[in-house]
Amino acid sequence: MSAAALESPRRRPPALIAGGAITAAFILLALLSRIWTPESPIRIHIALRLKPPLAAGLLGTDPFGRDVLSMLMAGTWTSLSTAFLAVALGLLLGVALGTAAAALRGRFEEAAMRSADVIFAFPALITAIMVTNIFGPGQATAVTAIGVFIIPVFARVARASALQVWARDYCLAARAAGKGRLAISLEHVIPNIAGTLLVQATIQLALAILIEAGLSFLGLGLPPPTPSWGRMLNDAQTFLDSAPWLAVAPGIAIALAVLGFNLLGDGLRDLFDPRRDRAT
Amino acid sequence: MSLALENLAVHLGARTLLADMSFRLENGATLGIVGESGSGKSLLVLAIIGLLPEGMRAEGRVLLDGEDLLALPESALCHRRGARIGMIFQEPSTALNPAMRIGEQIAEGLIWHRRIDAAAARAESLRLLDHVRMPDAARRFAFYPHELSGGQRQRVGIAIALAPGPELLIADEPTTALDVTVESEILDLLAELVAEARMSLILISHDLGIIAGMTERCLVMYAGTRFEEGPTERILSKPLNPYTSGLLAALPERAPAAGERRARRLAGIPGNVPSAGRLSPGCRFADRCAMAIAACRPAEPAWRALEPGHGVRCIRAEALL
Amino acid sequence: MLRLLLGRLGSFIVTLLAASVVIFILLDILPGDPAAILLGTSARPDTLAALHHQLGLDRPLILQYLAWIGGALTGDLGTSITYGVPVSGLIADRLALTLPLALLAILISTSLALLLGVTAAAHRDRAIDRAVQGFAQLGIAVPDFWIGLLLILLFSTGLNWFSAGGWSGWSAGAGKALAGLILPAIALALPQAGVLTRVTRAAVLDVLAEDFIRTARAKGLDRHTALWRHALPNALLPVVTILGLQVSFLVAGAVLVENVFSLPGLGRLAYLALSQRDLIVLRNVVMLLAAMVILANFIVDLVYLILDPRLRARS
Repeated sequence: MSAAALESPRRRPPALIAGGAITAAFILLALLSRIWTPESPIRIHIALRLKPPLAAGLLGTDPFGRDVLSMLMAGTWTSLSTAFLAVALGLLLGVALGTAAAALRGRFEEAAMRSADVIFAFPALITAIMVTNIFGPGQATAVTAIGVFIIPVFARVARASALQVWARDYCLAARAAGKGRLAISLEHVIPNIAGTLLVQATIQLALAILIEAGLSFLGLGLPPPTPSWGRMLNDAQTFLDSAPWLAVAPGIAIALAVLGFNLLGDGLRDLFDPRRDRAT
Repeated sequence: MSLALENLAVHLGARTLLADMSFRLENGATLGIVGESGSGKSLLVLAIIGLLPEGMRAEGRVLLDGEDLLALPESALCHRRGARIGMIFQEPSTALNPAMRIGEQIAEGLIWHRRIDAAAARAESLRLLDHVRMPDAARRFAFYPHELSGGQRQRVGIAIALAPGPELLIADEPTTALDVTVESEILDLLAELVAEARMSLILISHDLGIIAGMTERCLVMYAGTRFEEGPTERILSKPLNPYTSGLLAALPERAPAAGERRARRLAGIPGNVPSAGRLSPGCRFADRCAMAIAACRPAEPAWRALEPGHGVRCIRAEALL
Repeated sequence: MLRLLLGRLGSFIVTLLAASVVIFILLDILPGDPAAILLGTSARPDTLAALHHQLGLDRPLILQYLAWIGGALTGDLGTSITYGVPVSGLIADRLALTLPLALLAILISTSLALLLGVTAAAHRDRAIDRAVQGFAQLGIAVPDFWIGLLLILLFSTGLNWFSAGGWSGWSAGAGKALAGLILPAIALALPQAGVLTRVTRAAVLDVLAEDFIRTARAKGLDRHTALWRHALPNALLPVVTILGLQVSFLVAGAVLVENVFSLPGLGRLAYLALSQRDLIVLRNVVMLLAAMVILANFIVDLVYLILDPRLRARS
């Protein structure tokens, strides 16, 4: 027996609080940016270009004279909306695939998981490159590329958790009583795996934000003039010598947002499964 | 070799998991430690070799040939573990490194303590494996643990413990996880090896039958402390403690006693073992004891020697004489 | 054991083929007529037909696909539309940068992760553990291309130690070539190190709680030896799993980082091919990148068999 097993299972959740606070702040910021920003994030002021922080605006101006702070705020909406849509896509399709695999077993399960493996062979960036080739850059491209990449994760998690639920007595009993697998999946399986899925969704949101930034950096995300953190960093690269501050703020924004969602995910995981002597 | 425990106690934070454990073990002696799950038997031996789980601390003295093990720094303890005190654990399926061949695991102790070279260690390990009666030892030497049966793995565990040549062997429920048929083989092997090398033995078990067959003296534990200690034969035939009597009464009999038509029903001790660190004042066993009286409640009875070499923790021991 | 290996190999090949089909559909079929895209909507019909024939687009789709696969097996990947040179040569050149870059990144991240993860696990809940965990969280959150930018800012613009971009190539000497890869490799390695550190720490903590560690200590082994000789080898399995899964991100990261550092690698080639609509190059580069991920997972499967003797079936 371990000493930890003898202690009380309830632990302080600093991750949950910190993560929740940061995430909430970003969501509020994103919503706020839809109705107000200090300056217009898209209007060009050539006269004010490349001003350092505090000389013009709190964080300075970019090569086109746009206020960096306002662009950051507007970029929050870009990142978060893309991330949420992508995760929603991945979750819906992935969970459907995974729960079906757990319910039907056999050939279907194998085929489903194999397909998931093939999808996983394509990094979101590569998929984005291919999809951009067809549809051109834009939010639909980004959401599709990221969402498709996320499907296998949810498929695997849903399947693994669903299998555990299927092994429980009340599912076996329901099957024996003749209840259909779809009905059981909807009534029993999904509600029981909801917690695990929520944790995973939060973590995938963090990942989606990161990937979206990369896509925008390469110009595969939302096209200008819509502000996005990734593209701000791309613009900053050209002026690294003359305006180094441009490279700092967007990166911090990305890192902070990702950190927030990751902490939230960790906190939720601890919340839903505190009994485990958690090593992670 | 002499081992003497003096008032050994183990604490976890504010809770006391083990209290007032004292006994002596002289050269070549065999001591059995009996107790149910939760009695603290395993904690006791872990405290002796200094491998208590994180957060627990030991108090008191553990004197190995006069040297207090509890006062030694970790580096010094590492020299004594294995070389002077060997340990065999309960679960052979998890006690061996699954990614290392068994021959290597035996040789490791030899190389660590005796600093011999790999070839010599290998030869000696092979000899040891054969000595613990591993069938086809030469071939199995290169096997991984998962390729062996439970009994075979326990033989490896014994070989590992014996390799550095310790003077004291501690076996913590060595056969509990094994089939009954294998159990007697392993116990016989253990008895032979201990006698042959003239080691002292501490054998832990919840099974009084095993204790009876293997040990000269016996110590009964309950809820984290000692309740009775004395010659095994004496304790099993005439216990001086209601808990020990209860344990003996709970043993199933194979045949009906003289004068009865069929074997009586299994007796049990009503109630549950109190959990560690959450004990009410007074005797730990009072709530379940058939012989408890009012005087058992206010304070825990002190340990006393009722006869030479036979101690109990019970104020009603005289009633059982 | 042999049957196990053959099964894995078969799986590997099937996945490769499946990926190639997906790529072919996405790049060659769906976008519409590649020739029309290249020449624009105002192209004359005879120029269009000539390009069709040159690119082999007048053949049935299945034949085009088979021609591609067949060519790939013999080393002929077609000719780049933009550069006019054989694609295989282009890819080989770029691979000579991307492969060492990736391997260097894996080396850095794994060494760092093992060192930090094991140390953190050995000193659980103490200051060093919290510091390592904090570092890991940060590493995971930070975009690799941003680290690249910061590194350029720090070392090139600021300290002027390394050149800001471009690459000397292997012909200029191994030392100089590697020097050009160090900063990009670090940028790639840091987020990976973050993930792997967490996994290593968790895996080592799990193993340390196992009984055989207690047996090792009871033998007389000190904490250090028990940790590195007994715990770590058994903790490698989850680490290897995650490393395999990370290759996907490594490939994506390579594309980004190569663009930041202007390195003539595979990732940059993919990006350029996209902007120039050079479908022949794009198709092959994407296939290669996907193949790297699939191959990595295949290698992980093989490494499993080495690490965990229980997975090998002994007759």
